[in-house]
Amino acid sequence: MPTVPGPLVMPPEAQAAGPDLLVEVKNLTVRFGQTSALDRVDLKVSGGEIVSLIGPNGAGKTTLVRAVAGLIEASAGTLWRRPGLRIGYVPQRLSIDRVMPLTVRRLLTLAQPGSGGRDGKVEAALREVDAADLIEHAVQDLSGGEFQRVMLARALLRRPQLLLLDEPLQGVDLGGQLALYDLIGRLRRRHGMGVLLVSHDLHIVMAATDRVVCLNHHVCCSGAPESVQHHPEYVALFGAEAARRLAVYAHAHDHAHDLAGNPVPAADAGGADREPEHPS
Amino acid sequence: MIEEFLLRALVAGVGVAAVAGPLGCFVVWRRMAYFGATLAHGALLGVALGLLIGVDPVFGIAASSVLIALIVTGLQRQRTIGGDTLLGILAHAGLALGLVALAFMSGVRIDLMAYLFGDVLAVTWIDILWIYLGGTAVLAALALIWNSLLAITLNEELARAEGVAVVPLQLAFMLILAVVIAIAMKVVGVLLIVSLLIIPAAAARPFARTPEQMAALAAIVGALSVAAGLFASLQWDTPAGPSIVVAATAIFATSFTLGGALGKRTA
Repeated sequence: MPTVPGPLVMPPEAQAAGPDLLVEVKNLTVRFGQTSALDRVDLKVSGGEIVSLIGPNGAGKTTLVRAVAGLIEASAGTLWRRPGLRIGYVPQRLSIDRVMPLTVRRLLTLAQPGSGGRDGKVEAALREVDAADLIEHAVQDLSGGEFQRVMLARALLRRPQLLLLDEPLQGVDLGGQLALYDLIGRLRRRHGMGVLLVSHDLHIVMAATDRVVCLNHHVCCSGAPESVQHHPEYVALFGAEAARRLAVYAHAHDHAHDLAGNPVPAADAGGADREPEHPS
Repeated sequence: MIEEFLLRALVAGVGVAAVAGPLGCFVVWRRMAYFGATLAHGALLGVALGLLIGVDPVFGIAASSVLIALIVTGLQRQRTIGGDTLLGILAHAGLALGLVALAFMSGVRIDLMAYLFGDVLAVTWIDILWIYLGGTAVLAALALIWNSLLAITLNEELARAEGVAVVPLQLAFMLILAVVIAIAMKVVGVLLIVSLLIIPAAAARPFARTPEQMAALAAIVGALSVAAGLFASLQWDTPAGPSIVVAATAIFATSFTLGGALGKRTA
């Protein structure tokens, strides 16, 4: 199994930061020509942790994920990956052209060279994402949500310690989005993998997120979802109205939305599995 | 009793089709039809170069293909000339330079039409040996890089993140393409080679569910086209190479129509 390239530089502190640390980015700067896509960004992802990246369009979220995947060279700063780290990457807007015939089964056996797909791992991975019945479908016929599940199964075949998901909810209908976030949370619990995911929406992160990092070329703020929501830089970036609408995705206890999308006080302020949100 | 020259043509043509089918699928998937045409047209310059320095044209074709591939790669980054224009310039400049260079070689008598349109009825058993040796090498190389090449064709970025060496693969693919052009030249000539790559692959698409099925079907369609084209050529005294391409086109039209009719599910 191919692994990602070795660490660029290994900061000595990295090892001190804990045995679970998978990736540590320090002062990472990426320049494309004159413009800085990333400006002195710090980021850590540990095993079993879900980190959500939010930020406006062009804020460098995808650039940061691609840097962690080893696809971009840093102009400055360091990127440390645990040696031999296995990454499962699902890029943004991946679409498979109809010019190539491809079934889900073949897409997945392709990710697993050598086995020929006869060891049952492909079926098992598809069962894990509740997509076992799609195995003989043409990948081009899948809905957005089905395709993302299949891509997750594909990533799982590599037994990743870190999942990099770039806007996994893009092209997924609303009902499917919720189910997909549930699925990602479930996979994290079952496999204890770290997850770095780019949120498709400025104001919504998934319920199971441990840490939100708000990016606008530099890290505006980061922390638990509730603390980011009230951070002055976040409020300045998106406006007070938007800031109030940052909600954990599945359990927006402090407000609901009316038909026009405006936040209204929630009827039920209780929460089964987490603390109530700060009232807004 | 089948005439021996016809048997030789059939054996040579089927050998080329068996290689062109699978490789042509990648040309179709990677949307490189015009790149293939450029390599093929430029191959005439390669032939001239080969004759000029006294080596087998195959090496000249390999050299011209690598040169064209390097120029295309090098000039892709600039933005003032579009990719299609660039390929058009290289294709026709290569063809024209080849024709001019051949005209200068007064000492050599060559059959220009055979290079342009192929001369499959004149292949020798030695030619056939080359076709099958080269073809076997190409299929072996293709089988070796098949999965990685599929991976970079699906999504280059994802493949790169998963440790696939993209640039060596692209280079290997272009070299394989150059070898196939060299061995197919005898059958259909530089002007029609790309049709043998892309038409069978396109005809195979509606009836394939996996890349491998499409590759195998494309090889079969190519072989059928060769047989039908040679038969037509004999029957109506038409040129063999173009007749093969016409036969392939007829199969494609049938497949496309049938595939469209029953293919609402795969459409």
